[in-house]
Amino acid sequence: MTFNVQIKVMPLKDLLDPQGKAVLGGLKNLGITSIEDVRVGKHITLQIEAATENEAKAIAEEASKKLLANPIMEFYEIEMIN
Amino acid sequence: MEITVKTAEELRLTAEEFELIQQKLGRTPNFTELCAFSGMWSEHCSYKNSIKWLKTLPRNGGRMLVAAGEENAGLMDMGNGFGVVFKIESHNHPSAIEPFQGAATGVGGIQRDIFTMGARPIASLNSLRFGNLNDVKTRWLLAGVVHGIGHYGNCFGVPTVGGEIYFEDCYHTNPLVNAMSVGIMEAKKMISATAKGVGNPIFFVGSATGKDGIGGASFASANITEESTEDLPAVQVGDPFQEKKLLEACLELAETDTIIGMQDMGAAGIICSTAEMSAKGGVGMRIDLDKVPTRQKNMKAWELLLSESQERMLICVQKGKEAIVLKIFEKWDLPCSEIGEVTDDGILHFYMNGELEAAIPAEELVLGGGAPQYTREYTEPKYLSLIADFKMLDVEDIVNEVELKNTAEKIIQIPNIASKRWVTVQYDSMVGAANTSTNSPSDASVVLAKGTGKALAITTDCNSRYVFADPQKGAMMAVAEAARNIVCSGAEPIGVTNCLNFGNPYNPEVYYQFVKAVTGMGEACKKFNTPVTGGNVSFYNQHPEGAVYPTPTIGMVGILDDFENRMTLDFKEAGDVIVLIGAQQNDIGSSEYLHKIKGVEYSTAPYFNLDEEYQMQQFVSSIIKQKLIQSAHDISEGGLIVTLLEKGFNRDLGFDITADTTGYRKDAFWFGEAQGRVVVTVKKQDTKNLIAKLTDAAINYTVLGTVTALAVTVNNHNWGTITEWKEKYDTAIEKIINKQNEPIIHN
Amino acid sequence: MKFGVVVFPGSNCDRDMQDALQNDLGKEVIMLWHKDEDISMFSTDDCIVLPGGFSYGDYLRCGAIARFSPMMQSVIDFANKGGKVLGVCNGFQILCESHLLPGVLLQNGHQQFACKNVFIKADNSQALKIPIAHGDGRYYAGEKVLDELETNNQILFRYCNELGVVDMKYNPNGAVRNIAGIRNKQGNVFGMMPHPERATSKLLNNMDGKKIFEILGLN
Repeated sequence: MTFNVQIKVMPLKDLLDPQGKAVLGGLKNLGITSIEDVRVGKHITLQIEAATENEAKAIAEEASKKLLANPIMEFYEIEMIN
Repeated sequence: MEITVKTAEELRLTAEEFELIQQKLGRTPNFTELCAFSGMWSEHCSYKNSIKWLKTLPRNGGRMLVAAGEENAGLMDMGNGFGVVFKIESHNHPSAIEPFQGAATGVGGIQRDIFTMGARPIASLNSLRFGNLNDVKTRWLLAGVVHGIGHYGNCFGVPTVGGEIYFEDCYHTNPLVNAMSVGIMEAKKMISATAKGVGNPIFFVGSATGKDGIGGASFASANITEESTEDLPAVQVGDPFQEKKLLEACLELAETDTIIGMQDMGAAGIICSTAEMSAKGGVGMRIDLDKVPTRQKNMKAWELLLSESQERMLICVQKGKEAIVLKIFEKWDLPCSEIGEVTDDGILHFYMNGELEAAIPAEELVLGGGAPQYTREYTEPKYLSLIADFKMLDVEDIVNEVELKNTAEKIIQIPNIASKRWVTVQYDSMVGAANTSTNSPSDASVVLAKGTGKALAITTDCNSRYVFADPQKGAMMAVAEAARNIVCSGAEPIGVTNCLNFGNPYNPEVYYQFVKAVTGMGEACKKFNTPVTGGNVSFYNQHPEGAVYPTPTIGMVGILDDFENRMTLDFKEAGDVIVLIGAQQNDIGSSEYLHKIKGVEYSTAPYFNLDEEYQMQQFVSSIIKQKLIQSAHDISEGGLIVTLLEKGFNRDLGFDITADTTGYRKDAFWFGEAQGRVVVTVKKQDTKNLIAKLTDAAINYTVLGTVTALAVTVNNHNWGTITEWKEKYDTAIEKIINKQNEPIIHN
Repeated sequence: MKFGVVVFPGSNCDRDMQDALQNDLGKEVIMLWHKDEDISMFSTDDCIVLPGGFSYGDYLRCGAIARFSPMMQSVIDFANKGGKVLGVCNGFQILCESHLLPGVLLQNGHQQFACKNVFIKADNSQALKIPIAHGDGRYYAGEKVLDELETNNQILFRYCNELGVVDMKYNPNGAVRNIAGIRNKQGNVFGMMPHPERATSKLLNNMDGKKIFEILGLN
């Protein structure tokens, strides 16, 4: 059956996120000053054909580890939708 | 915690070094202090295994305005009160782990060295080495490094105007990423990397500090193994946008009279900049580390000292002028905080929330001060006997014209020779509107130094297989080729920056390569009157089977006082006569032909004679000034045939060669890489004059043939059109890269 | 006609534009800081240029953050009053984000930054050799908008070969209908991806950029 999977990829917590920093600066210039921090990541959705949810999860895990996230820079979270 | 020799060893200091630190302090250091020594006495910061030999290089004279290694980069006189600032630096190990960020931060680091001096960078180059392009890992590294260089350089707004890329198996796990930057300034406005004047405030400006690359200084000095890919904290993230703002703010600051000195924070971050600026000024500093803006909470003193967060500067400001500095950085939305002051005792005191965390005499930390300097032993490598055993006669020569053409087709498509446009198109090579080589190609990149009335010719060169075959001569050839490229562009070579990439210096055979290469480089630099203004040493470039080829990259700068003397490499008009200047040799040693087509790993270095080379270059320079020739392009990888084809590509002009090859092996004549040769074209009516001058100067030459409209003809054989050859040359690398549409795999 | 060149944090073609306008075209140029608002020294006969570069690092979307700077509010007012505005590369992206020009600039079709000479032409011009340098230069708009652009002659430049033949083969970024540059309906706001300011000097051996300024009526 088909599983819908959402993957959130974010820069590692302790790494500089230049994009987030620039967006924060832009928001401040707009007068939205109460935002303390911005970090920008990616949201990826997958449709996976698998026999079980665990199998789908394993496939998503492998895809994330090998390609979708760069473990040197990013971490990911997998969420099963259905 | 108790500090023992074991702690020191974990921080990659030796037992002897730990002993030395205790002697110098008269006590056992605490952990923070030990970290400071670990960073500062790392190979990267202290040059402990190389400085002895670096001192043998010609390091002053000529147009040099500051002595080698004294400032963040070299500064040379351009005349009219202007100076050119330049330097090359490696970022090999970070690029091996994370090619995109590794290369990006390498580009960022070298730019900071230039604008810290008060100069505006106007050109970047990079010298890259990868493994076999047919390997998936190489393509991943290449794509990442190129993307990283482009990402940073394009955004920062300095054109990438040149460089080189080679693919050799020895670089498979340990690519080389050497980045060079060149800037210009009014020489008298140079900002020194010094701190002076007791009570003057110390400012920290630029990005907030995080735990990026902590221990990077030590990390850079460690062999790469499979495990180091787990070494996460070593990755630094670059922000070219922040650096662009930092550039503009620093140059604005340079126009004021507020600065005593400034240094960027590279390897070993705060500890390195505070120690070097203090030692240089013969002063100490009191620094409150809690005043350093941080990105993360609860950073420890040692983390703050060693962090390699990018885009940061340390500035010593004249007391009373703080408000001017603060205003400029506020304008550019950059963090700027006063974190301490200059003291008179020569000691660095680091405080955290009022508590003294470390007290170290600045002088004891730095190169030229307390940092150790080692004399390493060296022995001739065993492989050199394999090279000495090479016999050209064992290699079968090309038998007929068909094989000649087929071989030429293969050679033009070897990645080391083929067009690198897949790479270069990803770099903004034209921002600044000063790169004249875009529309008028020449052997070196010719960049207008706007505002000075002059132009600069810039190149990076090193054929590391030549250096592998003969470390001393090979390094001389790297210098000679750089000078040749600059001379062929119509400019006068003035100075060198070097990036010395070698294996593990504790291996006596590797160290032999280092010693001989530095010796040869020194000899050649003296001959060409191009002193070494500075640069960088990168040891520990290893793969599991041994060291990479010894790769002493030469970055050379030449000056073009009169743009009318600029020379280009391409054929100009059908009917022009093609003349080879310099002697043909019966030599195929270390050529791409021998290595890549014939598969011979060990062969002698190509023919090279320093005096002949110098004389030939002087001659070429003189006929360019006399406006006697139409084009000049030197012979390098791939030999004569590649030079001829490359001369044809820009204007789609072919050539008709009827060369008498009697007395030469065919392969040596066409594909040999003997040094000291340049192919020029001359208008038909000027041929006699050129030959008379060559005869007068007693320089060997060969009249090869004529430029044609489109057709390539060799020894009366039809080789098709230049456009067909160009297509092969242009697309060879793209074909390999696009062969498989592969995913990016993270190690 | 005098020119104002806006400097955003991250602009990197501002000095090139100033240099080309002042030294190669002999124009008066005033540099404008993004945090300022005052452009009262300009009349609607003058031209404000948004130069190329990476304003705000091109983070989030190219031009998205620059669009909200104080100076841009003045430039938008100026344009709405009929003042001439030219955006090159990142400047074009900012004009689209500001809705002064229709459409959007997407990431290049081949997904790589590309810097090289390309040829572009106006309806009644020869092919002109002008450099590009962008990662996000693929012009895109809906069919209806595109048809309107065509009907109103708002398409200023299209990618072509050196002979002036317009075809997808010569399109460096996948821009829809080979669009390299457009203007607004009123004809006072111009945006283009290629960099004319990089081709106005004899020393660089390319003067085609001067012809671009002529075609735009900014000479």
